[in-house]
Amino acid sequence: MYTFSNKLKIGSFILMALGVLGIAIGFISAPSTVEEAKAIVASHSDGHGDAHGAVEAHGAVAADGHGEAVEAHGEAHDSSHDEHLLHQLQNKPWAALYVAAFFFFMIALGVLAFYAIQRAAQAGWSPLLFRVMEGITAYLVPGGIIVFVILVMSVLHMNHLFVWMDADVVAHDHLLQGKAGYLNPTFFLIRAAVFLGGWIFYREYSRKLSLRQDESNDDSNFKLNFRWSAGFLVFYLVSESIMSWDWIMSVDPHWFSTLFGWYVFASMFVSGITVIAMVTVYLKSRGYLPDVNDSHIHDLAKFMFGISIFWTYLWFSQFMLIWYSNIPEEVTYYVTRIADYRLPFFGMIAMNFLFPVLLLMNSDYKRLNWFVVLAGIVILGGHYMDIFNMIMPSTVGDQWFIGIPEIGAVLFFAGLFIFWVFRALSTAPLQPKRNPFIEESRHFHY
Amino acid sequence: MASKAIHAYYDDDDVLMLAVKKVKAAKHHIEEVYCPFPVHGLDKAMGLAPTRLAITAFIYGCVGISVATLMMNYIMIEDWPQDIGGKPSFSYLENMPAFVPIMFELTVFFAAHLMVITFYMRSRLWPFKEAENPDVRTTDDHFLMEIDIHDNEKELKDLLLDTGAVEINIVEKTSH
Repeated sequence: MYTFSNKLKIGSFILMALGVLGIAIGFISAPSTVEEAKAIVASHSDGHGDAHGAVEAHGAVAADGHGEAVEAHGEAHDSSHDEHLLHQLQNKPWAALYVAAFFFFMIALGVLAFYAIQRAAQAGWSPLLFRVMEGITAYLVPGGIIVFVILVMSVLHMNHLFVWMDADVVAHDHLLQGKAGYLNPTFFLIRAAVFLGGWIFYREYSRKLSLRQDESNDDSNFKLNFRWSAGFLVFYLVSESIMSWDWIMSVDPHWFSTLFGWYVFASMFVSGITVIAMVTVYLKSRGYLPDVNDSHIHDLAKFMFGISIFWTYLWFSQFMLIWYSNIPEEVTYYVTRIADYRLPFFGMIAMNFLFPVLLLMNSDYKRLNWFVVLAGIVILGGHYMDIFNMIMPSTVGDQWFIGIPEIGAVLFFAGLFIFWVFRALSTAPLQPKRNPFIEESRHFHY
Repeated sequence: MASKAIHAYYDDDDVLMLAVKKVKAAKHHIEEVYCPFPVHGLDKAMGLAPTRLAITAFIYGCVGISVATLMMNYIMIEDWPQDIGGKPSFSYLENMPAFVPIMFELTVFFAAHLMVITFYMRSRLWPFKEAENPDVRTTDDHFLMEIDIHDNEKELKDLLLDTGAVEINIVEKTSH
């Protein structure tokens, strides 16, 4: 039985407190009028001057609803630009919050997918880690609720994260009118609720069956869990894909990509596996997982390595197809990113591909705990940047910066994640007792 | 080099593994073990050094990506930088996404093929090579352990019989 160490608990509270502070500063310093927004930009103007010129130069191409709608309306470009700037600056703390909330939520969801795959595949090596995975997926409930609340607040027009929710914009935008059958606030929230409900239901039910299996004297709970896991994977595949269109792709409603769902999946899957490895290494180092050996770590590291490459494959497939054909309506997505987000956009490739490939290629290194943790930190940082690159360009544009609101949001959700996960870990024994594969898992050796 | 060797036959891989451990414990050098299929853990029990094939493959992959890069940089950028469908051929980096599929494939191609050829050379395998198995049964259902005899025939024989050998032969070694 794991006991939540006081140090970790206090650490998570400190992270949350610092995070709340950072988030609050972000909201307080966001401008409420056009004049304030201009003053903020003027104070950084030396650094941002170039980027501005670039944005205005291809303003007509930029894939944002405001610009096009307002221009079609025939208003003066100057005032529309100022209003656009105001919206971007007002979005900053919201986008920072949303990126961090989604990032930690998707870790739990990625772990849930991994867990269901391990159950459905009847893997012999992983049952020893099931409780660790169940602990991490406990974060689905608070994390999912927070993401849902942010989405509800967007629907209530408390921010401008999703342009298609703005009735004025839709009224002047023919493309968005065409998509209104799918992209409308009611249907959007219903979908989100159904998906979150399905994921949380499977998590809670599977956890219950898993604990019940420990106490029972036959394998009926295990078999039922197997069936539910297989069924969940079908549901997950569909819902995850639609979730990625809804929650991420629709911040940029003029743009679409068919493999986007897979791409987001790869990102959450590799982050989830990385967190499993890191939590396992931590618990093992505290002596709570005596039967976990370096072969288990080796297997997790192999997954981190392989799925990192899978993510890169999808990233590149998406990028190269659009770059190669260079169709204006699609390519703006990358034009804005390369123009305004050069370092995060390409830095992310180094963090998510080059580092894992070179660090985790050697099979001896995959057995070193500190090496896996080191690679894990780089991978998690890289996938935070991945989500950042998906959300920021269409919500805050060239006004992005990784400052107090962004770091504050990450700290807050990291604290909440740590608190919730380790609290959940302390509610059940860390080793399943009557899993039919537990003996195989204990003697797993590679 | 000893001129005589002892051949001990086994009919089960578990017995063979135990035998190998016993012979190693008695500090005899095992010349060779012939098996009809890979016996998991045999290399560790015999104390064989780990293979370095993976390292060679990594190096071959690096060679492959270099060949691809140099080739396409020369052809597409330096030698004749033509405008093909509006793709930018001013520098390699600008047009790189289009080259990545080839860079990837050549990396894999070099890594895979050169590693296989390295394997063939290191294990001395080629067409028309004379087979080296001392007994045809070792390709079907028998395992054979070969140990050189250095005036200790009796001692070795007793040890091997003790390990569960089903048959023991003394053979004159022919050099190959």
